[in-house]
Amino acid sequence: MAQVYIPENAQEREQLQGGSSSPRQSRPPHEETRKRLGLIDLGIALALVAVVSLIIAAASRWTAPLTPTIHIDLSPTALPVYAGYSVLRMLLAYLLSLIFTFIYGHIAATNKRANVVMVPLLDILQSIPILSFLPGVVLALVALFPNSNIGLELASVVLIFTSQAWNMTFSYYHSARTLPKDLKEFSAIARLRPWQKFLKLEVPASMIGLIWNSMMSWAGGWFFLMASEQLVLGSRSFQLPGLGSYLQTAASTGNSSALILGLFTLIVLIILLDFFFWRPLVAWADRFKLEMNSEGDAPSSPVLNVLRRSALISAINQHIFKRVGAFMTRILNRLQPLPGERSFVTEPKQHGPRFTVRSLVMGMLGLLLLGGVLFGLWSMLILLKNVTLLTWGQLLLATGATFLRTLVALLIGLAWTLPVGVAIGLSPKWSKRLQPIVQVVASIPATALFPILLVGLIGLPGGLSLAAVLLMLLGTQWYLLFNIIAGAMSIPGDLKEATTIYHVRAWRRWRTLILPAIFPYLVTGMLTASGGAWNASVVSEYVTFNGKTFSTPGLGASIAAAGAEGNFSLLLAGTLLMAAVVILINRLLWKRLYSLAERRYTLS
Amino acid sequence: MTNFNIQAGEALLEARNIKKIYDMDGKRPRGVNPPVVLDDINLTIRAGEFVALLGPSGSGKSTLLRILAGLLRPSEGQVLFKDLPQQGPNPHLSIVFQSFALFPWLTVLQNVELGLEAQEVPPTQRMRRSLSAIDTIGLDGFEDAYPKELSGGMRQRVGFARALVVEPELLFMDEPFSALDVLTAANLRKELLSLWREHKIPTRAIVMVTHNIEDAVLMADRIVVLGANPGIIRVELPGLPIEQRNATNDNYTKTVDLIYRIMTSPRADISSLMPSTTTSKLIAPKQQPYQVLPHVAISDVTGLIELVHSKGGREDIYQLGRDFQLEVDDLLPMIDAANMLGFAEAREGDFVLTEIGKRFAEAGVQEEKDLFRQQAIKNVTMLRHIVRDLSGEPSHTLPEEHFLNELQQHFSEDESWAQLETAINWGRYAEIFSYQEERGVFRLEEQEAISERV
Repeated sequence: MAQVYIPENAQEREQLQGGSSSPRQSRPPHEETRKRLGLIDLGIALALVAVVSLIIAAASRWTAPLTPTIHIDLSPTALPVYAGYSVLRMLLAYLLSLIFTFIYGHIAATNKRANVVMVPLLDILQSIPILSFLPGVVLALVALFPNSNIGLELASVVLIFTSQAWNMTFSYYHSARTLPKDLKEFSAIARLRPWQKFLKLEVPASMIGLIWNSMMSWAGGWFFLMASEQLVLGSRSFQLPGLGSYLQTAASTGNSSALILGLFTLIVLIILLDFFFWRPLVAWADRFKLEMNSEGDAPSSPVLNVLRRSALISAINQHIFKRVGAFMTRILNRLQPLPGERSFVTEPKQHGPRFTVRSLVMGMLGLLLLGGVLFGLWSMLILLKNVTLLTWGQLLLATGATFLRTLVALLIGLAWTLPVGVAIGLSPKWSKRLQPIVQVVASIPATALFPILLVGLIGLPGGLSLAAVLLMLLGTQWYLLFNIIAGAMSIPGDLKEATTIYHVRAWRRWRTLILPAIFPYLVTGMLTASGGAWNASVVSEYVTFNGKTFSTPGLGASIAAAGAEGNFSLLLAGTLLMAAVVILINRLLWKRLYSLAERRYTLS
Repeated sequence: MTNFNIQAGEALLEARNIKKIYDMDGKRPRGVNPPVVLDDINLTIRAGEFVALLGPSGSGKSTLLRILAGLLRPSEGQVLFKDLPQQGPNPHLSIVFQSFALFPWLTVLQNVELGLEAQEVPPTQRMRRSLSAIDTIGLDGFEDAYPKELSGGMRQRVGFARALVVEPELLFMDEPFSALDVLTAANLRKELLSLWREHKIPTRAIVMVTHNIEDAVLMADRIVVLGANPGIIRVELPGLPIEQRNATNDNYTKTVDLIYRIMTSPRADISSLMPSTTTSKLIAPKQQPYQVLPHVAISDVTGLIELVHSKGGREDIYQLGRDFQLEVDDLLPMIDAANMLGFAEAREGDFVLTEIGKRFAEAGVQEEKDLFRQQAIKNVTMLRHIVRDLSGEPSHTLPEEHFLNELQQHFSEDESWAQLETAINWGRYAEIFSYQEERGVFRLEEQEAISERV
């Protein structure tokens, strides 16, 4: 892929730049060549069949009677099926995240009143540790479907969803808020209906940011998939067939060949998904760039080229999608009719209180929402009443311990990513070669590697306390590395030449050129890494391994233990505390550094 | 090719007493004197007319266009479409944008079709009409290209095709040629004029916003000159007869020169600038409520003064624009600044240096600064206020908010910042005060030296 930079900042560049670029060679008009079915279409058809049969297999498992614990088959032949189940869970969670993103992001961006509540709420949701949702979600869904596996599977999907949705929603919201003004004006003049504006303007304009964030979300999803397939809640333990539970079973039974095979499968899966899913998507989405004068190579994907040439795909497109699209257009147009000539030239309406069915329904909904929020707050207070002052004190101490751990993880991460990232980013040759590799390595979930680490580290004096820092590091260092590489790549050539001419070397070069130039990128990376480290503390400070539970004092351990014991008061208290700490650190430190970076250290 | 006969004379669009007060997100602006973008605009667009709205930046000409189009709601007054008050975007008009406003993810054909999409034109008919519009505007063969594959001129052609495909009664153009290079613009202008004059398009009236005087004189049947701060109509001039619209014609040069003179003397009485033969509607300028700093770098003003001095201290402003290769929009603020500082004045379309201006042009670095400081404190209200307020403080420092608050009584939030930034640049150059960007703090320099001069 051409670049790794998180697209929030790319927004700045994505202003529509009109201007007189040199005319490029014009393409010949559309050539309608008759496409023939070929071997590739056979391949595509087979792939479709495989996906459908996987879904059927999964569905039959889902509707089967509830089996909280299952026997995990460690033989290699079982692996493809387990991998299939895991991917399906991820896909479902991702679809859920997409739907959530479009609805929530659209409303937050277009409705001024809703915006006031929805954006801060999203900020809070983002800083709640994902595993705090776990006990509530699992118990509620299992209770909802007591007789089948659906509840348990859904719980796992919802958990993955909570690790994927928020950053995608933020990205969409941001793009939808910063639509180019002239395109919005044209949409008003052409009187595009709301649905047309959404599909033709809002979604395309946010597409690139959404895809980059989706890729990050998938990496996060893998991280928590491992935790969500096998969990202990009080006396009950739940297990789902999948790669996560396979790896954990292999680790706790000490079956190292199965462990390595599982890891290998996971890595292959990630590479395949990258090749067959993300790369084509990124290449396809290149057309959604808002900037007109694009420089550099457009991303390309062999898979996308094959799909574009496929006769099967174009036939499906022609006969199914186009017709469905035309049908949907008719329905949507009927639902949102164009205001007639009357409404355009009329006497100004009297402004005054008007009671319509619509306002009544909205009012009722608002009241219902308010009631729900009040009830939620009330039950929260009831729960928190059980937490004694002593417990709060212990929680605060634990927060301190986790804070130190995240700090150490961040510092270690910085210590190695800074020189390495800058070295890679400054050399065009290496950044081109290493970036795809770094991307794949980064999406290997640290939770999958954790069992191996534990085997080695649990005997050492530091024990889990040390291993916890390592796990946090494994999960978060990539955000730093990505951003530092992107930052170093963005240093303009003339500045590099200037430092060479004036013999600015070594530390002075770092201080005058490199550090200021990558500062905004560094802050972005640290902000993400710090949030990620806090979130990872829940899985890294409290581990069930080989039937035994290890833990080390920390806020993450407190939350995980409270969840496992079903102590909801403590779980709530710990979760609130962590959310508060994360938001506080973001507000007091990162956001300030960020605005400083934007003011002083932007290269433009 | 079809010919559309346009009946002349009927009033299509009428703006009555339009006033636009700057607001952000519909909120009322703060301050007792809210910044006024447009004030008391009365304008009628008739069928068969090509009207140019000409004005310097800050005259609210684009805002006026958007109010006429129904995209923005005026704070006071109303817009009538065929004698009925208009609500919301007018469905009978389309706009060509300065930035083209093309959807980068749609092909040329899809972009043009988008204009028809909302109107539920059947797909086959939609395609036929779009292809015919693409054909008319000379984009044949580019139907499947994406905008980023096209040059600027071709992109604007797509913009025209998209605007014309809906067969609008009114065509609005917001600086349609200013993002194009000179040759491309001339080419596109010529083709558009031939479509319009030969009635190959059903458009009944065209309104163009521009800051380019020659564009306006070449194209328009009526030229509306706007003044800035607040935006008002200063004068409406009749366009030249079509046969006189070329650069070699005497009347053409005279008209261009006249408009230059009007625009370069923003505070002058219009009738004093008019040649006696021209009959036109006159509108008296309003009193300036608050001194507005032109946003120019001092080095540009210095350069201008030195150049004029080397030419004998007097130069035709139209000629200056040519010498510098500057649009009137870029040249005006410099002239304004030199005028404000008392280094020069605009006289009968000429730029004339004052005695101080001549001394300034001959001065060395240090004397130049001293002269500038002296003139700045004498003539620039904002700088005088800053010095006054800073010396009133025992610490001789004040936060930027102090001055922003004062500015926001008179300007929009963005403009207040821009004004303050210009004041900071000038003040720093004159070494009147220092300003720390990070902390946003003003500090008086050499208090004794300043207080002597004040």
